[in-house]
Amino acid sequence: MYDIGKIGVGIIIFLAIALFPIYSNFGKEIKKPDPKLDTPVIQQLAEKKCVESKEFMRAEHMQLLNHWRDSALRDGNRLYVGAEGRKYEISLQRSCMKCHSNKKKFCDECHSYAAVKPYCWDCHFVKEEGQR
Amino acid sequence: MSMDRREFLRIAGLAGLGAGLTGAGLTLKGIVNAAEYGPTPNNLTAKRWAMVVDVRKIEAPEDYKRIMNACHRIHNIPDKLLGDRREVKWIWTDNYEHTFPGQHNEYMPEEIREETFFLFCNHCTNPPCVRVCPTKATFKRPDGIVAQDYHRCIGCRFCMAACPYGSRSFNWLDPRPYITEVNPGFPTRTIGVVEKCNFCVERLSRGLKPACVEASNGAMVFGDLNDPESDVRKVLSTHITIQRKPELGTHPNVFYVIGGGEHVG
Repeated sequence: MYDIGKIGVGIIIFLAIALFPIYSNFGKEIKKPDPKLDTPVIQQLAEKKCVESKEFMRAEHMQLLNHWRDSALRDGNRLYVGAEGRKYEISLQRSCMKCHSNKKKFCDECHSYAAVKPYCWDCHFVKEEGQR
Repeated sequence: MSMDRREFLRIAGLAGLGAGLTGAGLTLKGIVNAAEYGPTPNNLTAKRWAMVVDVRKIEAPEDYKRIMNACHRIHNIPDKLLGDRREVKWIWTDNYEHTFPGQHNEYMPEEIREETFFLFCNHCTNPPCVRVCPTKATFKRPDGIVAQDYHRCIGCRFCMAACPYGSRSFNWLDPRPYITEVNPGFPTRTIGVVEKCNFCVERLSRGLKPACVEASNGAMVFGDLNDPESDVRKVLSTHITIQRKPELGTHPNVFYVIGGGEHVG
Protein backbone atom coordinates (compact mmCIF):
# COMPACT_ATOMS: atom_id res chain seq x y z
CA MET A 1 0.00 0.00 0.00
CA TYR A 2 1.28 3.41 -0.86
CA ASP A 3 1.69 6.12 1.77
CA ILE A 4 0.03 4.11 4.54
CA GLY A 5 1.77 6.24 7.15
CA LYS A 6 0.39 9.54 5.90
CA ILE A 7 -3.07 8.11 5.23
CA GLY A 8 -3.16 6.39 8.63
CA VAL A 9 -2.32 9.60 10.45
CA GLY A 10 -4.97 11.39 8.38
CA ILE A 11 -7.60 8.81 9.25
CA ILE A 12 -6.74 9.01 12.96
CA ILE A 13 -6.99 12.83 12.94
CA PHE A 14 -10.26 12.65 11.04
CA LEU A 15 -11.77 10.16 13.48
CA ALA A 16 -10.57 12.21 16.46
CA ILE A 17 -12.42 15.27 15.14
CA ALA A 18 -15.49 13.47 13.81
CA LEU A 19 -16.05 11.44 17.00
CA PHE A 20 -15.29 14.31 19.37
CA PRO A 21 -18.97 14.87 20.35
CA ILE A 22 -19.34 11.18 21.19
CA TYR A 23 -16.26 10.60 23.36
CA SER A 24 -16.36 14.02 25.03
CA ASN A 25 -19.89 13.38 26.30
CA PHE A 26 -19.50 9.67 26.97
CA GLY A 27 -20.70 8.62 30.39
CA LYS A 28 -21.73 12.14 31.38
CA GLU A 29 -25.23 12.70 32.57
CA ILE A 30 -27.08 15.46 30.70
CA LYS A 31 -29.59 17.26 32.88
CA LYS A 32 -33.17 16.72 31.78
CA PRO A 33 -35.09 19.86 30.86
CA ASP A 34 -37.31 21.07 33.65
CA PRO A 35 -39.61 23.86 32.44
CA LYS A 36 -40.97 26.04 35.24
CA LEU A 37 -44.57 27.18 35.58
CA ASP A 38 -44.13 29.35 38.68
CA THR A 39 -44.80 32.82 37.23
CA PRO A 40 -46.86 35.28 39.34
CA VAL A 41 -49.75 35.21 36.84
CA ILE A 42 -49.97 31.42 36.87
CA GLN A 43 -49.76 31.34 40.70
CA GLN A 44 -52.82 33.55 40.89
CA LEU A 45 -54.92 31.49 38.48
CA ALA A 46 -57.83 29.76 40.18
CA GLU A 47 -57.74 26.95 37.64
CA LYS A 48 -54.21 26.24 36.50
CA LYS A 49 -54.98 25.17 32.93
CA CYS A 50 -53.50 26.08 29.58
CA VAL A 51 -55.59 26.52 26.41
CA GLU A 52 -55.42 22.77 25.84
CA SER A 53 -54.30 19.78 27.90
CA LYS A 54 -50.73 19.57 29.13
CA GLU A 55 -50.00 16.51 26.98
CA PHE A 56 -51.36 18.18 23.87
CA MET A 57 -49.46 21.39 24.47
CA ARG A 58 -46.24 19.54 25.13
CA ALA A 59 -46.42 17.63 21.88
CA GLU A 60 -48.27 19.97 19.55
CA HIS A 61 -47.75 23.56 20.71
CA MET A 62 -45.82 24.40 17.56
CA GLN A 63 -48.68 23.31 15.32
CA LEU A 64 -51.15 25.15 17.52
CA LEU A 65 -49.05 28.30 17.31
CA ASN A 66 -48.99 28.02 13.52
CA HIS A 67 -52.77 27.63 13.46
CA TRP A 68 -53.11 30.63 15.75
CA ARG A 69 -50.84 32.69 13.54
CA ASP A 70 -52.78 31.84 10.38
CA SER A 71 -56.14 32.35 12.03
CA ALA A 72 -55.26 35.76 13.48
CA LEU A 73 -53.31 37.11 10.54
CA ARG A 74 -54.95 35.55 7.51
CA ASP A 75 -58.56 35.07 8.61
CA GLY A 76 -58.76 37.87 11.18
CA ASN A 77 -60.17 35.41 13.72
CA ARG A 78 -58.49 36.30 16.99
CA LEU A 79 -60.67 34.30 19.36
CA TYR A 80 -59.82 30.72 20.28
CA VAL A 81 -62.27 28.43 21.98
CA GLY A 82 -60.19 25.68 23.55
CA ALA A 83 -60.81 22.70 25.77
CA GLU A 84 -64.02 22.93 27.88
CA GLY A 85 -65.14 26.03 25.98
CA ARG A 86 -62.62 28.38 27.55
CA LYS A 87 -62.01 31.45 25.39
CA TYR A 88 -58.68 33.10 24.64
CA GLU A 89 -57.47 36.02 22.60
CA ILE A 90 -55.13 34.69 19.95
CA SER A 91 -51.90 36.51 20.66
CA LEU A 92 -48.48 35.20 21.57
CA GLN A 93 -47.52 38.28 23.55
CA ARG A 94 -50.88 39.17 25.03
CA SER A 95 -52.04 35.63 25.86
CA CYS A 96 -49.25 33.03 25.93
CA MET A 97 -46.56 35.25 27.39
CA LYS A 98 -48.93 36.84 29.88
CA CYS A 99 -48.86 33.58 31.84
CA HIS A 100 -45.56 32.18 30.62
CA SER A 101 -43.56 35.31 31.24
CA ASN A 102 -40.50 33.24 32.14
CA LYS A 103 -39.17 32.56 28.65
CA LYS A 104 -35.75 31.38 29.85
CA LYS A 105 -37.18 28.87 32.30
CA PHE A 106 -40.16 27.85 30.20
CA CYS A 107 -39.41 28.04 26.48
CA ASP A 108 -35.63 27.93 26.35
CA GLU A 109 -35.35 25.08 28.84
CA CYS A 110 -36.55 22.45 26.35
CA HIS A 111 -35.61 24.28 23.18
CA SER A 112 -31.97 24.39 24.24
CA TYR A 113 -32.06 20.73 25.27
CA ALA A 114 -33.53 19.70 21.92
CA ALA A 115 -31.25 22.16 20.06
CA VAL A 116 -34.15 23.82 18.26
CA LYS A 117 -34.02 27.52 17.57
CA PRO A 118 -37.52 28.81 16.83
CA TYR A 119 -37.43 32.33 15.39
CA CYS A 120 -40.48 33.52 17.41
CA TRP A 121 -38.36 35.86 19.51
CA ASP A 122 -36.77 37.67 16.60
CA CYS A 123 -39.97 39.72 16.48
CA HIS A 124 -42.14 38.74 19.44
CA PHE A 125 -40.98 40.59 22.48
CA VAL A 126 -40.43 39.31 26.01
CA LYS A 127 -39.88 41.85 28.72
CA GLU A 128 -37.79 39.51 30.88
CA GLU A 129 -34.72 39.70 28.67
CA GLY A 130 -35.15 43.34 27.78
CA GLN A 131 -33.27 43.01 24.53
CA ARG A 132 -32.63 39.94 22.48
CA MET B 1 -29.66 -7.80 -7.26
CA SER B 2 -30.96 -6.58 -10.56
CA MET B 3 -34.05 -4.55 -11.08
CA ASP B 4 -35.75 -3.62 -14.29
CA ARG B 5 -37.25 -0.25 -14.94
CA ARG B 6 -40.81 -1.38 -14.36
CA GLU B 7 -40.03 -2.87 -10.96
CA PHE B 8 -38.09 0.24 -9.89
CA LEU B 9 -41.04 2.46 -10.75
CA ARG B 10 -43.44 0.23 -8.84
CA ILE B 11 -41.33 0.29 -5.68
CA ALA B 12 -40.76 4.05 -5.98
CA GLY B 13 -44.50 4.62 -6.36
CA LEU B 14 -45.35 2.54 -3.30
CA ALA B 15 -42.68 4.28 -1.25
CA GLY B 16 -44.02 7.67 -2.29
CA LEU B 17 -47.56 6.68 -1.37
CA GLY B 18 -46.38 5.46 2.04
CA ALA B 19 -44.52 8.70 2.71
CA GLY B 20 -47.57 10.72 1.67
CA LEU B 21 -49.89 8.81 4.00
CA THR B 22 -47.49 9.17 6.93
CA GLY B 23 -47.31 12.90 6.25
CA ALA B 24 -51.10 13.20 6.13
CA GLY B 25 -51.38 11.29 9.40
CA LEU B 26 -48.93 13.61 11.12
CA THR B 27 -50.77 16.71 9.90
CA LEU B 28 -54.14 15.44 11.07
CA LYS B 29 -52.77 14.72 14.51
CA GLY B 30 -51.98 18.41 14.91
CA ILE B 31 -55.59 19.53 14.66
CA VAL B 32 -57.57 19.76 17.89
CA ASN B 33 -61.08 18.44 17.50
CA ALA B 34 -62.72 20.76 19.99
CA ALA B 35 -60.95 23.91 18.80
CA GLU B 36 -62.92 26.71 17.24
CA TYR B 37 -61.69 29.96 15.81
CA GLY B 38 -63.80 33.06 15.53
CA PRO B 39 -63.79 36.83 15.63
CA THR B 40 -63.33 38.57 18.97
CA PRO B 41 -66.58 39.86 20.52
CA ASN B 42 -66.01 43.57 19.85
CA ASN B 43 -64.30 43.12 16.50
CA LEU B 44 -65.00 46.06 14.14
CA THR B 45 -65.93 44.91 10.64
CA ALA B 46 -66.37 46.59 7.28
CA LYS B 47 -66.43 45.82 3.60
CA ARG B 48 -63.78 48.39 2.79
CA TRP B 49 -62.00 50.38 5.47
CA ALA B 50 -61.10 53.92 4.46
CA MET B 51 -59.77 57.10 6.01
CA VAL B 52 -60.30 60.81 5.42
CA VAL B 53 -57.66 63.26 6.64
CA ASP B 54 -58.87 66.82 7.13
CA VAL B 55 -55.54 68.60 6.84
CA ARG B 56 -57.06 71.95 7.81
CA LYS B 57 -57.68 70.65 11.31
CA ILE B 58 -54.11 69.61 11.99
CA GLU B 59 -52.11 72.78 12.46
CA ALA B 60 -49.62 72.97 15.31
CA PRO B 61 -46.36 71.00 15.08
CA GLU B 62 -47.35 69.42 18.42
CA ASP B 63 -50.44 67.94 16.77
CA TYR B 64 -48.34 66.30 14.07
CA LYS B 65 -45.97 64.99 16.71
CA ARG B 66 -48.77 63.68 18.93
CA ILE B 67 -50.45 61.78 16.11
CA MET B 68 -47.22 60.26 14.81
CA ASN B 69 -46.00 59.34 18.27
CA ALA B 70 -49.27 57.51 18.98
CA CYS B 71 -48.56 55.20 16.04
CA HIS B 72 -44.83 54.88 16.65
CA ARG B 73 -45.22 53.98 20.30
CA ILE B 74 -47.95 51.38 19.80
CA HIS B 75 -46.33 49.66 16.83
CA ASN B 76 -42.74 49.60 18.07
CA ILE B 77 -41.39 51.74 15.26
CA PRO B 78 -37.61 52.21 15.62
CA ASP B 79 -37.99 55.91 16.37
CA LYS B 80 -34.28 56.53 16.85
CA LEU B 81 -33.82 55.74 13.15
CA LEU B 82 -36.36 58.33 11.93
CA GLY B 83 -34.68 60.71 9.50
CA ASP B 84 -31.92 58.18 8.78
CA ARG B 85 -31.74 56.65 5.30
CA ARG B 86 -32.61 53.30 6.92
CA GLU B 87 -35.70 54.69 8.66
CA VAL B 88 -38.93 52.72 8.98
CA LYS B 89 -42.04 54.70 8.06
CA TRP B 90 -45.60 53.86 9.00
CA ILE B 91 -46.85 57.44 9.21
CA TRP B 92 -44.85 60.42 7.98
CA THR B 93 -45.33 63.89 6.47
CA ASP B 94 -44.51 65.73 3.27
CA ASN B 95 -45.50 68.88 1.35
CA TYR B 96 -48.23 69.27 -1.24
CA GLU B 97 -46.11 68.86 -4.35
CA HIS B 98 -44.57 65.61 -3.16
CA THR B 99 -47.83 64.26 -1.83
CA PHE B 100 -49.95 65.04 -4.88
CA PRO B 101 -47.57 65.20 -7.86
CA GLY B 102 -49.39 66.23 -11.03
CA GLN B 103 -52.11 67.95 -9.06
CA HIS B 104 -49.90 70.93 -8.37
CA ASN B 105 -49.63 74.38 -9.93
CA GLU B 106 -47.59 77.38 -8.94
CA TYR B 107 -50.59 79.72 -8.49
CA MET B 108 -52.47 77.69 -5.93
CA PRO B 109 -53.16 79.13 -2.47
CA GLU B 110 -50.05 79.38 -0.41
CA GLU B 111 -51.61 77.74 2.64
CA ILE B 112 -52.21 74.61 0.59
CA ARG B 113 -48.86 74.70 -1.16
CA GLU B 114 -47.06 75.06 2.18
CA GLU B 115 -49.34 72.66 4.05
CA THR B 116 -47.89 69.51 5.66
CA PHE B 117 -49.71 66.30 4.80
CA PHE B 118 -49.85 63.03 6.68
CA LEU B 119 -48.85 60.05 4.60
CA PHE B 120 -49.31 56.35 5.25
CA CYS B 121 -50.28 53.17 3.40
CA ASN B 122 -53.29 53.86 1.19
CA HIS B 123 -54.65 50.31 1.54
CA CYS B 124 -55.40 50.39 -2.17
CA THR B 125 -58.38 48.58 -3.59
CA ASN B 126 -56.05 47.39 -6.36
CA PRO B 127 -52.75 47.05 -4.49
CA PRO B 128 -49.66 46.60 -6.69
CA CYS B 129 -47.61 45.38 -3.71
CA VAL B 130 -49.91 42.38 -3.29
CA ARG B 131 -49.67 41.50 -6.96
CA VAL B 132 -45.88 41.35 -6.97
CA CYS B 133 -45.29 39.57 -3.65
CA PRO B 134 -43.77 36.18 -4.55
CA THR B 135 -44.64 34.52 -1.23
CA LYS B 136 -48.09 36.03 -0.59
CA ALA B 137 -46.65 37.53 2.57
CA THR B 138 -48.63 40.65 1.78
CA PHE B 139 -52.28 40.16 0.99
CA LYS B 140 -55.63 41.92 0.84
CA ARG B 141 -58.05 41.12 3.63
CA PRO B 142 -61.78 40.89 2.88
CA ASP B 143 -62.27 44.17 4.77
CA GLY B 144 -59.92 45.99 2.39
CA ILE B 145 -56.87 46.20 4.61
CA VAL B 146 -53.59 45.38 2.90
CA ALA B 147 -51.94 43.25 5.55
CA GLN B 148 -48.49 41.79 5.81
CA ASP B 149 -47.40 38.51 7.34
CA TYR B 150 -43.85 39.03 8.55
CA HIS B 151 -43.48 35.29 9.12
CA ARG B 152 -43.55 34.82 5.38
CA CYS B 153 -41.72 37.91 4.18
CA ILE B 154 -38.41 36.98 2.55
CA GLY B 155 -37.27 40.59 2.20
CA CYS B 156 -37.12 40.61 -1.61
CA ARG B 157 -38.46 44.20 -1.63
CA PHE B 158 -40.53 43.73 -4.81
CA CYS B 159 -43.41 45.37 -2.94
CA MET B 160 -41.27 48.42 -2.22
CA ALA B 161 -40.56 48.78 -5.91
CA ALA B 162 -44.23 48.28 -6.75
CA CYS B 163 -45.73 50.70 -4.23
CA PRO B 164 -46.12 54.11 -5.87
CA TYR B 165 -46.53 55.83 -2.50
CA GLY B 166 -43.31 54.86 -0.74
CA SER B 167 -45.38 53.31 2.02
CA ARG B 168 -43.08 50.38 2.62
CA SER B 169 -39.83 50.25 4.53
CA PHE B 170 -37.15 47.60 4.73
CA ASN B 171 -35.46 46.64 7.96
CA TRP B 172 -31.79 47.09 7.16
CA LEU B 173 -30.94 46.56 10.84
CA ASP B 174 -32.31 44.76 13.83
CA PRO B 175 -34.86 47.41 14.89
CA ARG B 176 -34.87 46.57 18.61
CA PRO B 177 -31.96 48.74 19.77
CA TYR B 178 -33.56 51.73 18.00
CA ILE B 179 -36.91 51.57 19.81
CA THR B 180 -37.06 53.96 22.75
CA GLU B 181 -39.63 51.96 24.67
CA VAL B 182 -40.99 48.65 23.42
CA ASN B 183 -44.73 48.13 23.74
CA PRO B 184 -44.97 44.58 25.15
CA GLY B 185 -48.41 44.11 23.55
CA PHE B 186 -47.16 44.25 19.96
CA PRO B 187 -44.30 42.49 18.17
CA THR B 188 -41.29 44.31 16.86
CA ARG B 189 -40.00 43.36 13.44
CA THR B 190 -36.73 41.74 12.58
CA ILE B 191 -33.86 42.44 10.23
CA GLY B 192 -34.63 41.62 6.59
CA VAL B 193 -38.40 42.09 6.43
CA VAL B 194 -40.48 44.82 4.83
CA GLU B 195 -43.13 46.56 6.90
CA LYS B 196 -45.80 49.23 6.65
CA CYS B 197 -48.92 50.70 8.22
CA ASN B 198 -51.48 47.98 9.02
CA PHE B 199 -54.53 50.26 9.57
CA CYS B 200 -54.32 49.02 13.16
CA VAL B 201 -55.88 45.59 12.49
CA GLU B 202 -54.89 44.51 15.99
CA ARG B 203 -56.84 47.44 17.47
CA LEU B 204 -59.89 46.93 15.24
CA SER B 205 -60.19 43.40 16.59
CA ARG B 206 -60.48 44.87 20.08
CA GLY B 207 -63.08 47.44 19.03
CA LEU B 208 -60.67 50.38 18.86
CA LYS B 209 -60.16 52.88 16.04
CA PRO B 210 -56.65 53.27 14.59
CA ALA B 211 -54.16 54.98 16.89
CA CYS B 212 -53.64 58.03 14.63
CA VAL B 213 -57.41 58.55 14.28
CA GLU B 214 -57.84 58.36 18.03
CA ALA B 215 -55.02 60.87 18.62
CA SER B 216 -56.20 63.29 15.90
CA ASN B 217 -59.18 64.70 17.88
CA GLY B 218 -61.51 64.39 14.88
CA ALA B 219 -59.14 65.56 12.16
CA MET B 220 -58.96 62.04 10.80
CA VAL B 221 -62.08 60.02 10.12
CA PHE B 222 -62.14 56.25 9.76
CA GLY B 223 -64.99 54.08 8.52
CA ASP B 224 -66.53 51.75 5.97
CA LEU B 225 -66.51 53.11 2.42
CA ASN B 226 -69.24 50.64 1.46
CA ASP B 227 -71.67 51.93 4.05
CA PRO B 228 -73.45 55.13 2.88
CA GLU B 229 -74.17 56.03 6.53
CA SER B 230 -70.55 55.78 7.70
CA ASP B 231 -68.52 58.74 8.92
CA VAL B 232 -66.15 58.63 5.97
CA ARG B 233 -68.99 58.63 3.44
CA LYS B 234 -70.59 61.59 5.19
CA VAL B 235 -67.39 63.60 4.87
CA LEU B 236 -66.79 62.46 1.30
CA SER B 237 -70.32 63.45 0.21
CA THR B 238 -70.05 66.97 1.65
CA HIS B 239 -66.45 67.93 0.83
CA ILE B 240 -64.14 67.97 -2.13
CA THR B 241 -61.50 65.39 -1.40
CA ILE B 242 -58.41 64.29 -3.29
CA GLN B 243 -56.43 61.06 -3.37
CA ARG B 244 -52.77 60.40 -4.04
CA LYS B 245 -51.89 59.53 -7.66
CA PRO B 246 -55.41 58.44 -8.67
CA GLU B 247 -54.25 58.19 -12.30
CA LEU B 248 -52.38 54.96 -11.49
CA GLY B 249 -55.59 53.01 -10.94
CA THR B 250 -54.65 51.69 -7.52
CA HIS B 251 -57.83 53.19 -6.00
CA PRO B 252 -56.36 54.45 -2.74
CA ASN B 253 -58.61 54.32 0.32
CA VAL B 254 -57.10 57.37 1.99
CA PHE B 255 -58.70 60.69 1.10
CA TYR B 256 -57.65 64.25 1.90
CA VAL B 257 -59.80 67.33 2.57
CA ILE B 258 -57.45 70.15 1.65
CA GLY B 259 -59.57 73.32 1.78
CA GLY B 260 -62.88 74.99 0.96
CA GLY B 261 -66.29 74.08 2.38
CA GLU B 262 -67.13 73.93 6.06
CA HIS B 263 -65.20 71.86 8.54
CA VAL B 264 -65.94 68.19 9.00
CA GLY B 265 -68.68 67.86 11.57
